[in-house]
Amino acid sequence: MIFLADFSPIRPEWGLLLWSTIIFLLFWFLVGRFAFGPIRDALKKREGDIQDALDEAKNAREEMSNLKAQNEQILNEAREERTKILREAKEAKDSIINEAKAKAKEEANRMIASAKTEIENQKNAAVTEVKNQAGMLALEIAEQVIRKQLSGDSEQEKFANSLIDEIKLN
Amino acid sequence: MRRIFLSFWCILSLAVFATAQDQHGHDNHDGHNHAEHADHSGQDHADHSGHAHANACGYTHEDVFNPGAVAFHHISDQNIYSIGPVAIPLPCIMYVKDQGLEMFSSGVFEADSHGSGIYAYNRWVIYEGSVRRILDKQFPMGKVAIGEHNLFPVEETMDNGKKRDVIHLCYEGEAWRCDSKSYADGGFLGGGMSSYYDFSITKNVMTMLIVFILVAWVFIRVARAYKKREGLAPTGTQNLLETLFVFIQDEVAKPFLGAKWERYTPFLMSLFFFILALNLFGQIPFFGGSNVTGNLSFTLVIAVLAFVVTTFSGNKHYWEHIFWMPGLPAWVKVIITPVEIMGMFIKPLTLMLRLFGNITAGHMVIVIFVGLIFIFGQNGANPGAAYGTAIGSTLLTMFMMAIELLVAFLQAFVFTILTASYIGAAIEDHHHAEEAH
Repeated sequence: MIFLADFSPIRPEWGLLLWSTIIFLLFWFLVGRFAFGPIRDALKKREGDIQDALDEAKNAREEMSNLKAQNEQILNEAREERTKILREAKEAKDSIINEAKAKAKEEANRMIASAKTEIENQKNAAVTEVKNQAGMLALEIAEQVIRKQLSGDSEQEKFANSLIDEIKLN
Repeated sequence: MRRIFLSFWCILSLAVFATAQDQHGHDNHDGHNHAEHADHSGQDHADHSGHAHANACGYTHEDVFNPGAVAFHHISDQNIYSIGPVAIPLPCIMYVKDQGLEMFSSGVFEADSHGSGIYAYNRWVIYEGSVRRILDKQFPMGKVAIGEHNLFPVEETMDNGKKRDVIHLCYEGEAWRCDSKSYADGGFLGGGMSSYYDFSITKNVMTMLIVFILVAWVFIRVARAYKKREGLAPTGTQNLLETLFVFIQDEVAKPFLGAKWERYTPFLMSLFFFILALNLFGQIPFFGGSNVTGNLSFTLVIAVLAFVVTTFSGNKHYWEHIFWMPGLPAWVKVIITPVEIMGMFIKPLTLMLRLFGNITAGHMVIVIFVGLIFIFGQNGANPGAAYGTAIGSTLLTMFMMAIELLVAFLQAFVFTILTASYIGAAIEDHHHAEEAH
């Protein structure tokens, strides 16, 4: 029954076989060469581009995070440096002040000591001068006294008293 | 929802239009209708309301609707392209043994939309859309009027014991035997070789050419778009086709073909898109109902190509696995080897039959659903039943068309994925095969 009709498509027809082969091969070679191949390559290239872009983004992100970590480190280092500098400055200041104080004290002491010595020297010079003056006066008085003795005792006494008045220690 | 109603209405009105035409045909016997594909096997037609024509050679032609014959008629290849009531003539290229090529237009037969001509031309006639050759040299050459209903089938027994219908022409009271074209079935399917080959641009060839040009044009434009719009997101057609392209590439080519997927991409894409386009083209209602992928000749060609590509891609391990499967005892190998060799040929055979069967079945089911209108309407004798059935048939046809749309994609995909798996098995590296055992 199935093959009753004379127009059954189940029978391979020579003409259709020939044309199907020609047309399909032509389709395969033409469209494959000028469309499917280029599309495949374009898609592959695009896929590669997308992958590259993603990789690049990932790399950039990693780099960014690296940079950030680096910045953080630098900042921390700077902070430490600052603290250190401040501490050192403080130390320097303290030491300078202390040194200055010590120096001043020492200077003062030294000045006091030298003043004392000077005073002592001056005092000694003055005492010596006084002694010399007193010696000189005593000598002069003695000399006068000796000269007047020859003229009487009363005279001499008078004279000695006038001399003593004359001296009057300036 | 509104669209569904609209399409339902469209299909229904077309069905009603067809019924009306059928009745018209019965009223004045002018022009042909589906009933002319009557069952000629000699069964009793008494119950049918069909009209009978008797020709001068004593052959009685019953105007009875035979859905099986109509379905076969609609899915078969023809020498004319009928779109609705318009029959577009196609070029006929005949190769007659000992005579060489003959070329003419099928328009000379002045065939109606069902493919039966009222003229003979240089001893060629057209019946059911197929050009046949009158063998007898007595028959006059040139354009000869033969009238209507004078071409009729006669059952013949072939040399191999099979029965087949052979068309005869009743001309001037005598029956002239008409040869059918040669078929490549070796006579097993009621065909066999005859006195001529038909290399015409038939309906199916025309469809293939149209689809070839359409698909090639679209794809070459898309390929150009990739070049021109490099680095930009795809748009429009490019976007639509890219979805399918990438689907086949990533789901079919890459998993099955491994590292060599690029080499086979053009072949697999050609298979998928050509089959898909032909499937979809055949789905367009009232557009000739081209049934290329539902024709064994076409599926045979692409299955053979799939076989050729697989066979020529086969590496050492593939042939080793076929002829002397490693890792098996010798006596098992003796059994396995013939099975494997058969498998080589059965694989493309199943490819060929699967696509053919699915698409043909879809076309036939739709024709038969529409045919129900004529069966229940008793060839126009019962219009009430015809209109009633029309509603049901329309719903069923719409449903089937939706299914067929799915099948169009599915079968193109299945053909491609199976071809890819066969090629993949042929080019597989050895260490994969080792793991499989």
